[in-house]
Amino acid sequence: MSPRFRFVRDDHRIGFMRGRKAGLATSAVLSVLSLILFFYPGLSLGLDFRGGIVIEARTQGPADFGKLRTVLAEHHVSAAGIQKFGADNDVLIQIDAPREGPDHEAQTQNIEHAVRDAVAQAQPGAEVVRADAVGASVSSELFRDGILALVCSLAMILVYIWVRFEWEFAVSAVITLILDLTKTIGFLALTRFQFDLVMVAAILTILGYSTNDKVVVYDRVRENLRKYRTMPLRELLDLSINETLNRTLGTSSTVFLAALPLALFGGHSLSGFATVMLFGIVVGTSSSIFIAAPLLLLMGEKRLRRDAARP
Amino acid sequence: MMYYSRLRMLGTVGICLLGLLLCLPNALNRPMPSLPWRQIHLGLDLRGGSYLLLRIDLQSLTAARLQSLEDNARRTLLDKGLGYRDFQRDAASARLTFLPRDTGEREADIAALSDMPRAVPGEFSVQTGADGRIAVVLSHDAMVQRGRDAIGQSIEIVRRRIDATGAIDPSITRQGDDRIAVELPGISDPERIKALLGTTARMTFQLVGESGSGTTMLPMVNNPEQQLPISNHVDADGADLTNAGAVIDQQSGQWAVTLTFDRVGAAEFGALTRANVGKRFAIVLDNKVIEAPVVQSPITTGTGQITGSFTAQQATDLALLLRAGALPAPLAVIEQRSIGPSLGADSIRAGAISLAVGFVLVVIFMALFYGRFGLYADIALLANLILMMAILSLFEATLTLPGMAGILLTLGMAVDANILINERIREEVKRGRGPLQAMQVGFERATGTVIDSNATAFLAHVMLFVFGAGPVRNFALTITIGIATTLFTTLVLSRLLMVRWYANTRPQTLPV
Repeated sequence: MSPRFRFVRDDHRIGFMRGRKAGLATSAVLSVLSLILFFYPGLSLGLDFRGGIVIEARTQGPADFGKLRTVLAEHHVSAAGIQKFGADNDVLIQIDAPREGPDHEAQTQNIEHAVRDAVAQAQPGAEVVRADAVGASVSSELFRDGILALVCSLAMILVYIWVRFEWEFAVSAVITLILDLTKTIGFLALTRFQFDLVMVAAILTILGYSTNDKVVVYDRVRENLRKYRTMPLRELLDLSINETLNRTLGTSSTVFLAALPLALFGGHSLSGFATVMLFGIVVGTSSSIFIAAPLLLLMGEKRLRRDAARP
Repeated sequence: MMYYSRLRMLGTVGICLLGLLLCLPNALNRPMPSLPWRQIHLGLDLRGGSYLLLRIDLQSLTAARLQSLEDNARRTLLDKGLGYRDFQRDAASARLTFLPRDTGEREADIAALSDMPRAVPGEFSVQTGADGRIAVVLSHDAMVQRGRDAIGQSIEIVRRRIDATGAIDPSITRQGDDRIAVELPGISDPERIKALLGTTARMTFQLVGESGSGTTMLPMVNNPEQQLPISNHVDADGADLTNAGAVIDQQSGQWAVTLTFDRVGAAEFGALTRANVGKRFAIVLDNKVIEAPVVQSPITTGTGQITGSFTAQQATDLALLLRAGALPAPLAVIEQRSIGPSLGADSIRAGAISLAVGFVLVVIFMALFYGRFGLYADIALLANLILMMAILSLFEATLTLPGMAGILLTLGMAVDANILINERIREEVKRGRGPLQAMQVGFERATGTVIDSNATAFLAHVMLFVFGAGPVRNFALTITIGIATTLFTTLVLSRLLMVRWYANTRPQTLPV
């Protein structure tokens, strides 16, 4: 049994480094646009980070939104966002967490209770399939921990690559990762997916995957640096990327194929996560070729090729 | 590199079979005595249930300590004939301050307070402030210790209360310095439990006095508008109860709660009622008056009955709370997550379909991309899935929907190692090496890359596990376990398959 297909012929050599300026420029523009999106309109924070009450109810027969609104008002629940999601009988009720006063945590829980009562009264027989109530203090802690996890991961990746390779590799990898990160955040702002703990997990997975991809290319660069002592760095990078191209595309494909069903069948909670993953896989793979390698060329042209000058 | 001893081969196959054995309990319904019976637990998001995060109000603990310290200090000073003015308690800074009657008495005040009778040694220090006030400051260490004890007690009481509701398989764990996490599988509407846990249930018996000094105005439970002046002195409290039960009162036909005191409580209660025949005493629960009957005759039997116009549920719950005991400090629910059973079932279906489709897609891709070696990678992938499940079962770990996503992504990433090895072998073949050498060099060179690339992913997910909360931790957990099993299945198992195939067929060309 032999292989049935290849992405590129093994002896094919694509001059990626010729496009390095275009690649860096495109990336810079996209990242700047993403930053703008991050500030305006900004991320749509999920329950984990915003705090509040989310109730998902499945009614018997199509839901009567007018009645739900009236009954909620009778229960003194104000500022409720009520919307249909999915089928006609799936109702989503969202309320912000109270932040003022000494007993705002207790109020959050009371509102959750009131909404349950209102749903039971307005739609007899409705099943509350999900009821989350997150107080303001918990949500700010979760946010802090999420950011901490991101920052620590980046730092660990920096140190690891630094130890295993040289600092040029580590710095260009982390700059690339930060560019990847900004684009992912821009994607989140654009798609209005809720930014919650699960999204932090998605971003970290993307970072892990993207690093993995860069490490493989760098590993080949390091090997070729020893093997071809006089080859200019630019040519050497092109060679290394081309040599690992089938692997890069192969692995991206399998991870993509694994994440695809999650995006399609994963349900409300996972399809957003998986869609962001899919985006991240494409970004992470292309950034290894178009960003990480050119950055390495910029930073290491002189230093990494010092050996070439030696007799 | 190209030789596997019989022992290593048996070991590798043995590990895979052991993994299969460990997975079995998850597929069977009833325990079998011949199998190690450990199953993966389904997370609350898959089986339905509630998660509650409670915070214990440590400040109120400090406030209570300050209150009793103040009583003690006042009494000590009076006993020594010393005067004081303007007592102030500040729970935030854990201090109690007052002005001495006369600056000349300051030294005597400090000396008297420093060895107060009935005080816990080392719990506080006495200081003088620049403004002439004397401060009694609770020691930080003592309060930390008290907080720790309070959490321990609270967990015990929370457990008793939840067990009394008949909840199945609850999990109650401490989290951080002042949190308790409660997991209630199968309970998607936790309102009753929230109400039970949100009640401190400190019951006291106090006399109704004249409004004025020494009394506090407390509201009635069923009519908050109406307030009664209640004496600050506690004559007996619910800690002295041995039993409580909900009954229907024979005379009125209403729900009531019967109380049985222990010996100390019976004596105290007897003394209270004997000394106060004809007066009213109040039964106070968490600073609200349940009822305030007139003492008709001394009660010395050590039993009593509260009739506070309860519903059946209220009477049952009050009896339950009194039996389980009072919380040392109030608990507040600060986070709640509930999933109904139908959503849980939907999630299991979504997760299982995704897992199956993703697995099949990756398997087909690998078979097309690498032919025979791709199939070996697929076998390793199946073993990987089994081993992940086995490890989760072995530790009886919880699996959530994000955890299932983690397993799926691991499968996508796992073949990366096979791809690296196969690509390397292919390159070596192109360079003109013979099959044996190409495989040897391929394994050797690829191993370093595989370890490097997995190490970074490993680090990122360990961070997520450390800082993440709830379902996200489960995602990090499955990926971290997955990285370990991946290293085994790709670097050991799939290589073994390739080497065995080579040794058996001695091919002239490799199918790469």
